[in-house]
Amino acid sequence: MSKYTEDDLREELKTKEYEYGFFTDIESETFPIGLNEDIVRAISKKKDEPQWMTDWRLEAFKVWKEMAEPEWANVRYTKPDFQAIAYYSAPTSVDPNKTLDDVDPDLLAMYKKLGISVDEQKKMNNVAMDIVVDSVSVATTFKKTLGEKGIIFMSISEAIKEHPELVKKHLGTVVPTKDNFYAALNSAVFSDGSFCYIPKGVRCPMELSTYFRINQAGTGQFERTLVIADEGSYVSYLEGCTAPSRDENQLHAAVVELIALDDAEIKYSTVQNWFPGNAEGKGGVYNFVTKRGLCEKNAKISWTQVETGSAVTWKYPSCILKGDNSVGEFYSIAVTNNYQQADTGTKMIHIGKNTKSTIISKGISAGKSQNSYRGLVQIGSRADNARNFSQCDSLLMGNECGAHTFPYIEAKNKTAKVEHEATTSKIGEDQIFYCNQRGIDTEKAIALIVNGFSKEVLNKLPMEFAVEAQKLLEISLEGSVG
Amino acid sequence: MLKINNLHASVEDKGILKGINLEVKAGEVHAIMGPNGSGKSTLASVIAGKEEYEVTDGNIIFEGEDIEELAAEERAHKGVFLSFQYPVEIPGVSVTNFIKTAINESRKAKGLGDMPAKDMLKLIREKADLLEMDRKFLSRSLNEGFSGGEKKRNEIFQMAMLEPKLAILDETDSGLDIDALRIVANGVNKLKSKDNAVVVITHYQRLLDYIVPDFVHVLYNGKIVKSGGKELAHELEEKGYDWIKEEVNA
Ligand SMILES: Nc1ncnc2c1ncn2[C@@H]1O[C@H](COP(=O)(O)OP(=O)(O)OP(=O)(O)O)[C@@H](O)[C@H]1O
Ligand SMILES: [Mg+2]
Repeated sequence: MSKYTEDDLREELKTKEYEYGFFTDIESETFPIGLNEDIVRAISKKKDEPQWMTDWRLEAFKVWKEMAEPEWANVRYTKPDFQAIAYYSAPTSVDPNKTLDDVDPDLLAMYKKLGISVDEQKKMNNVAMDIVVDSVSVATTFKKTLGEKGIIFMSISEAIKEHPELVKKHLGTVVPTKDNFYAALNSAVFSDGSFCYIPKGVRCPMELSTYFRINQAGTGQFERTLVIADEGSYVSYLEGCTAPSRDENQLHAAVVELIALDDAEIKYSTVQNWFPGNAEGKGGVYNFVTKRGLCEKNAKISWTQVETGSAVTWKYPSCILKGDNSVGEFYSIAVTNNYQQADTGTKMIHIGKNTKSTIISKGISAGKSQNSYRGLVQIGSRADNARNFSQCDSLLMGNECGAHTFPYIEAKNKTAKVEHEATTSKIGEDQIFYCNQRGIDTEKAIALIVNGFSKEVLNKLPMEFAVEAQKLLEISLEGSVG
Repeated sequence: MLKINNLHASVEDKGILKGINLEVKAGEVHAIMGPNGSGKSTLASVIAGKEEYEVTDGNIIFEGEDIEELAAEERAHKGVFLSFQYPVEIPGVSVTNFIKTAINESRKAKGLGDMPAKDMLKLIREKADLLEMDRKFLSRSLNEGFSGGEKKRNEIFQMAMLEPKLAILDETDSGLDIDALRIVANGVNKLKSKDNAVVVITHYQRLLDYIVPDFVHVLYNGKIVKSGGKELAHELEEKGYDWIKEEVNA
């Protein structure tokens, strides 16, 4: 038997291309690059939107023009040239009346490569899919089952036309257009996304799921998601994505708004696996996302995220605990390898009495990457007996990566109880050798150790998603042994 | 089964093993004793294939094959097991999950599929009972917060699960209370057969009352300086190491 050393292994893994890095050649209709009022109007027109929506976009564009890109995050990157991006790209072969069977075989083949055969998902996972390829929603399934319960689950473009009163009432109420630079940009040019409404007292019988991808070269992706859980309802929403390999950086600036009315509960889980750039730090997706949820009385919102991709991540899923007794949770695993940079965390804004929040953040850094946790716990003056527990654990692999924790606490009420715990550990050679000695090779050993480290968060994910997340952790840390 | 010839090994250019010769045949029990820092754990690690130790001379033949080029996990797949003097903690990974992974990885190396969950569970129960381990233990994170004795018992549990050909027990007795020592030793004895072999590293003759050695070796300053039968252990217990050191230095 010839010697197969760890060095060989590392070498081999380095040359392994991004698993989902392929590009399907589908005829696309892409707008000319650049952004101005005409482009905003054209996007709105292309999507056949009512006047109020066009006006809303134009207002957002005005706001955005006056804003500057934020600089406070612990990330370094070449700022995107917003005039060099095409703001709309739709696979031209889409027709809203088509069924799945009519979908472009190339597209279907692409899903298959990604392991998301829609049919299979339908049958086996009891998951309703609203697939977003680039910008336009290609297929919506399970509509009937959901329809019977009065659940609305459709693309936001459709919702703007079919349920304008709901969209008009809630869009931009949790993340106002002027909230931040990227949110304003998104509001002006968002292409598509998902809309979901769960009526009073209804428990959504299945996990709702959306897969996002970025396909067309040089196109930004600006999804807009709006989830409304009416009084006493429950919904679990999954968002997952993979992107093909690209050389120039691609911008992604999504906005997700969650509204949990009295006694409602929303679970929002994300597995993010956008192209992180190659081993030299070239290429990769910029992920600047604004995600926020609003809790009314006794409501609960849980964010669970597994972030393994993107070259630069800037993301803080947050909860506004407005109603008394409302609960906010944030469970996060963020993995960075090679030259990736992540600045992620959460904001828990306690406004109501007896509000409770829990933050569990697991950061795993390898290679030359930088991984930062940034969290804000804010207790308002009326928030009697507010409670927060935060735990931030970092796991380091090798000596060239960094882990940083920036917890901010602002308490304006004396009855508040805020606890913060933080740990930093390193995968030890002794741990690896121990596993090796038991017949577990180094790569598997790292996966095992990382999964153990992340367990509290993995446990929060729905079953099928947890399995996928574990696989992703393994893939993203391949070749990271130091 | 195991033949070590003139083994020299060093770490960070510091020579620690300085010409070890040792032969262990199937069915035998060998005890290795010796003062602190003499190189006992180093020898165990080198046999198991720890990379930071560099073999500078000599060789290790296991089952007729020079294993120098094999990675630690490949040696494990061939049936080498090391019960660690200081077992490491792996937070969040349960004892069950860990041993399941270990077993399935070894099976994979042999071209077998995963062990069916039902069989795995049965095996785990059987071996846990053998070592009188509390079932609650199996769902805890590996070695995290385990007492010294619990860690050692867990090592032998893993050995029982993996059924190695060659088991090296590095100070498995230290940290065990009197009852636990008996239970663990009985476990080892039950697993003993004419086809496998055990090397016990220990400071105390007490363990050797339970696991009776065919040979006792004294390791001193990176060399085996004396070998004998089980009576040698008694003699060491009585007289300490000074007389041996004097013999060597004379
Ligand atoms: N990684 C290492 N780096 C530097 N020195 C080491 C390393 N590992 C072992 N040594 C040294 O090698 C010598 C032998 O150590 P070893 O652990 O093998 O002794 P031992 O016989 O098992 O002792 P004990 O009875 O105390 O367990 C010691 O002097 C020790 O400090
Ligand atoms: Mg030792």
